[in-house]
Amino acid sequence: MNAPDIATFSPAIGEILHLHAHQGYLGQDQLLPVLHAIQDRIGFIPPESVEGLAQSFNVSRAEVHGVITFYHYFKTSPPARCTVQICRAEACQSMGGDALLAHAEQGLGCGLHAHTADNAFALEPVYCLGHCATAPAIMINDAIHAKVTPARFDKLIGKVKELA
Amino acid sequence: MSVRIYVPADSAALALGADEVASAIAREAALRGVAIDLVRNGTRGLLYLEPLVEVETAAGRVGFGNVDESDVAALFDAGFQNGEGSHPLALGLVEQIPYLARQTRLTFARSGITDPLSLDDYQQHGGYRGLRKAVAMTPADIVASVTASGLRGRGGAAFPTGIKWNTVLRAQAAQKYIVCNADEGDSGTFADRIVMESDPFVLIEGMTIAGLAVGATHGYIYVRSEYPHAIAALNHAIGTATRAGLLGPDVAGSGRAFILEVRKGAGAYICGEETALLESIEGKRGVVRAKPPLPALAGLFGQPTVINNVLSLASVPIILDKGAQFYQDFGMGRSRGTLPVQLAGNIKNGGLIELAFGATLREILYDYGGGSASGRPIKTVQVGGPLGAYLPESQWDTPLDYEAFASLWAVLGHGGIVVHDDSADMAKLARYAMEFCAVESCGKCTPCRIGSTRGVEVIDKIRKGSEGSERTQQVILLRSLCDTMLNGSLCAMGGMTPYPVLSALNHYPEDFGQSAVDTRAA
Repeated sequence: MNAPDIATFSPAIGEILHLHAHQGYLGQDQLLPVLHAIQDRIGFIPPESVEGLAQSFNVSRAEVHGVITFYHYFKTSPPARCTVQICRAEACQSMGGDALLAHAEQGLGCGLHAHTADNAFALEPVYCLGHCATAPAIMINDAIHAKVTPARFDKLIGKVKELA
Repeated sequence: MSVRIYVPADSAALALGADEVASAIAREAALRGVAIDLVRNGTRGLLYLEPLVEVETAAGRVGFGNVDESDVAALFDAGFQNGEGSHPLALGLVEQIPYLARQTRLTFARSGITDPLSLDDYQQHGGYRGLRKAVAMTPADIVASVTASGLRGRGGAAFPTGIKWNTVLRAQAAQKYIVCNADEGDSGTFADRIVMESDPFVLIEGMTIAGLAVGATHGYIYVRSEYPHAIAALNHAIGTATRAGLLGPDVAGSGRAFILEVRKGAGAYICGEETALLESIEGKRGVVRAKPPLPALAGLFGQPTVINNVLSLASVPIILDKGAQFYQDFGMGRSRGTLPVQLAGNIKNGGLIELAFGATLREILYDYGGGSASGRPIKTVQVGGPLGAYLPESQWDTPLDYEAFASLWAVLGHGGIVVHDDSADMAKLARYAMEFCAVESCGKCTPCRIGSTRGVEVIDKIRKGSEGSERTQQVILLRSLCDTMLNGSLCAMGGMTPYPVLSALNHYPEDFGQSAVDTRAA
């Protein structure tokens, strides 16, 4: 998929920068809140926006790029319509997390860190959702689900497909 | 008169369908013409029973566990709205369930009882009494009280909280900060999440008291992005407290200011390390800082900063309210007060168990946990998160106490316990520990950045089953690598990854293709 031109996003990013400035000044401590706001609005952080962000914060492009790429949460390409995160941490492993992941990969037809050919689903690892007593846990977009068996996984994905 | 019904809105319950249950109850009640007052409470921490629906009766709150929306009509048929206990899901009075009745709830006194977002509810259940006392005290007296309580950092390092506060109090600066480390990334831990979702005002009150104690006027709560419900609850509660004059330019009429804001993390485990967290709030990569200087002297934006875990700060209000001696009277040795144990993984009854220090792992695993979820024998438990040691059955009679764990070359950490049954492959778990370190290392120091990757490779060679002496060579290499990481890393990420790796190797050599004798020789 071709990334849309940065001009499409500029007004939204400009608005976000304006909202986070304090008396016309953007301190670097606002960089993470700004990146979150951009990703919340657009779905990802367009690499083309790095230069403008660097100018606005008066830091180097390398600094902005470095911050974006350090954090696993920030995406730099358009996300799939539905992101499925499967917890890979120890508590979920102890309750069949590996088998659940294998089931998800097979059912969705894509591996970890990848998305389906039609971009309907992306499969990502996550390291702990804080639901370790009711493992295994997954997150489908913003909704958390616990005690997820392969059968329950299929039911949840079926609901997403129904709504699509 | 309407009957009050509680359905938790903590994400632990939401993840198991609590919203659907709440809607079904409202729908069914309307259909049957039953007047109800539906309250969305927090979680009691009895996570194995979620969604745990409670009905208020003259005798107390009656519970119904593991309720599914499909059960709701039958519950009404059985008269659950009148507190009748004939339905199979009925549990009787919630406060008499042994799992809960045998706990000592101090930090979690209100969790699951109140509506987390109601300031009135919070204050009717003892909330803000600690702050009101603090307002009448000198900063030095507040710090002395926290010191006398014996409270130690609940994030894992167990550093005495009062000593940290005193350093910040005595530092001279125009601006000081209170930072709450809510980047709870350890697998098997969820107590911070429950505080934030089920009783957010207690954290806000604790941070406000910290601000008054050290002369800080600005606080930050750094919450991980994996906790959207906690972020929403905190923002809501901060707004309510500000409107009530409990935060802002004049805290509770003290004439002193304290403002609070939530900062959202972005999926970096290392930001749970305090100096990486400070870097992240400053808008940088979460790279660990060398210490000294201590954050207490040169922390956020270079200013004196108290940085504490959620549970440490949430324990402060009750210490101020009931006095240092009250808190100090719980516990053993130098571990005073209570530890919120988080029991997770392959366990029948997982949840939050707040107890005075001193209970044994075996009591937690069997008396509370009821054994493994799979019904198979428990093989190992990992205590203290992904950087904590694996403990074999021979060590399960150890009391939960910081020093007792240290003497076993293990850590109590944040109180998280992850249980594995006998299907666990310890070499695979050791490999995972190295792999996790490789994924999450900030990259600043070589032992952690490179050592973790080499560690994965070495364990792969051991697991591939190379023969006899070659495998023994690899085990020697792994031990040497762990020694470098232990002694040469800048922070606990690289410095403690050897805990799970070496404890797995030492206690379960057969999973690495070693006989016990081989390992000792290595």
